[in-house]
Amino acid sequence: MKSATIQLETLVCPSCMLKIEGALKGLNGVERDTVKVLFNSSKAKLDFDEEKITLAEIEGAITRLGYGVVKSTVK
Amino acid sequence: MFVLKHRNMITIINGILIAAAFFSKWITGNMSIFAWLMATASVLGVLPIAIQAYQALRVKVISIDVLVTLAVLGAFAIRNFEESAVVTFLFLFGAYLEQRTLNKTRTAIKELTEMAPESALKHMDDGGFVEVDVDEVEVGDVLLVKTGAKVPVDGTVISGEGSVNEANITGESIPVAKAKGSKVFAGTILDNGTIQIVADRVGEDTTFGKIIELVEEAQDSKSEAERFIDRFSKYYTPVVLVLAFTVWLIWRDIELAITILVLGCPGALVIGVPVSNVAGIGNGARNGVLLKGSEVIRDLSRLDTIVFDKTGTLTVGKPSVAERIYYGGDIEEALELLASVERESDHPLAKAVLEEIGDRAFYPVDGTEVVKGEGIIAKVRGHRVVVGNFALMEREKVGLDEKARTDAARLEGNGNSLVFTAVDGELKILMGIRDQIRTGVKEDLFRLRKLGVRNLIMLSGDNQGTVDLVSHELSLTEAYGNMLPEDKSAFIKKLIEGGRIVAFVGDGINDSPSLALANIGIAMGGGTDVAIETSDVVLMNSDFSRLPHALGLAKATARNMKQNIVIAVGVVLILLAGVIFGEWMNMSIGMLVHEGSILAVILNGMRLLRYMLRKDTIQEKGTK
Repeated sequence: MKSATIQLETLVCPSCMLKIEGALKGLNGVERDTVKVLFNSSKAKLDFDEEKITLAEIEGAITRLGYGVVKSTVK
Repeated sequence: MFVLKHRNMITIINGILIAAAFFSKWITGNMSIFAWLMATASVLGVLPIAIQAYQALRVKVISIDVLVTLAVLGAFAIRNFEESAVVTFLFLFGAYLEQRTLNKTRTAIKELTEMAPESALKHMDDGGFVEVDVDEVEVGDVLLVKTGAKVPVDGTVISGEGSVNEANITGESIPVAKAKGSKVFAGTILDNGTIQIVADRVGEDTTFGKIIELVEEAQDSKSEAERFIDRFSKYYTPVVLVLAFTVWLIWRDIELAITILVLGCPGALVIGVPVSNVAGIGNGARNGVLLKGSEVIRDLSRLDTIVFDKTGTLTVGKPSVAERIYYGGDIEEALELLASVERESDHPLAKAVLEEIGDRAFYPVDGTEVVKGEGIIAKVRGHRVVVGNFALMEREKVGLDEKARTDAARLEGNGNSLVFTAVDGELKILMGIRDQIRTGVKEDLFRLRKLGVRNLIMLSGDNQGTVDLVSHELSLTEAYGNMLPEDKSAFIKKLIEGGRIVAFVGDGINDSPSLALANIGIAMGGGTDVAIETSDVVLMNSDFSRLPHALGLAKATARNMKQNIVIAVGVVLILLAGVIFGEWMNMSIGMLVHEGSILAVILNGMRLLRYMLRKDTIQEKGTK
């Protein structure tokens, strides 16, 4: 299990937050309960199982919604 | 995605088409061109909204986009192209303005995070230094910091010298000299010199990293009320959707149904409180006050009692000479003799004396005799020098005249420890030494009172006499001495059980139980880890004068949140009344008011960035 912090392009509406949260929670391999999207700092934090999903796939899910990913760090 | 990337461009074209439509209507009166232009504008404008609505639906979220898209489709169906076009434009343009203004509210915190170091010059095996990303630095690495560069990690200087501006960490902008063995902190700037350091802590573990993390978490932390609004808005939009459908099914009134869809957008309500929160916390971060989230802001704004630790909080925390009185002549020589004797001692009072009289010629000292609890007797340059308290003077039969006795009584009455200096049996100097009250504390306490704190209480491990003196000078409400740390926390517990909202202000090291127990723990930490972790509010650089600002800011922020909630709810009620009672209400007006209310709450929140304590609370108008 790894935890990722993904810096997004500035989030503008709180419903963007819900959308990203919903999309991330729906991914196989992402721990549902750890997904947290921070509105003001425009960050997504989550834990994921690196055997089931890659960081690139997670980022892909966000960019498909139309939100840019600035930088990600994994610990 | 192409459409979303070019949202701004679409907004502009959309606006031009609408303007052209109105132009052709008024000038040429050609209604068919008008309709065509409006229809084109609608289709173009709804495109980005519809895409986002679709994405939201895919992850099972009924977002504002969904409501607006349906409304536009509805208007299209009844061939009201003017309404549909204008609504899309208002929505897109509103979103653009929201983004611009929202970025402003976040600037203060952004400035802080952008101060984080990005790269470091790392020592490689071949002996050279190579620039690497700061994330690649590990504990134990040797790094080079040049003049003007940011210190990349927390570390220890191993060679070189320089002076560092530590304003980012301590709030103090006077450069601090660093040499071999000194600690340096990430995010501080090397003003001059070149140093090599070894990394002790990197990335998020550095003090600066912790501050950033704290502020970032704080700006997104949610209060009870906010969580309620979140839950509310989750069900609110679906309810609006169902309502609109019902209206359509029962009355077959599409016009009314789509108006309801637009009016139902919860914009200002969901954004109002976070905006106040981020602006308030940002203002604090700029002014040396770290507030840990909106819950803290709420408690702080309702505060009625502040409990202070004495030593190191209200007072400086170490004894210093408050007064010196000379008797007879040859004072210069007496001071030199005193300095020579005190240099032999490591007693706290001796240190205070040396600090006061400063650098002087020192003479060799013979036959030093330390009288426990009383003082020192020594021979210097053939003189017998006696330094100590009243008991020692009595024993050594030093004659104290009437004046000396009155001076001594007065100094003792003011809470001083006395240090007499006698040379060859004759009294030369009397010093009064005490832990002095920090400068400006009195004015700050006055401001706190003005801000509505009714009870100012001091607890201290010191004896009751000293405590009473400090309490009297500062006009505190209550003051208790002889308190152990557990007595303090028990006292605070009792206050809270009595219904008070209590803040505890301490140094964050030996008072952590009290800090944790109080409704608000306020640490006077010069950016120390313990202070940052155990408290709810951190005053950078142990600056007591930031406390009134913290309190005033919390009150202003709490008030701002309430204003925003009132604006948001008020607008919804007015629009609702408009639908029920008024003939004038339509989709475009609804959207205009809706976007206007969002901008109103953001602009209102932005005022907090400029918040400063008002002049009349800053200038003390006499004592109360």
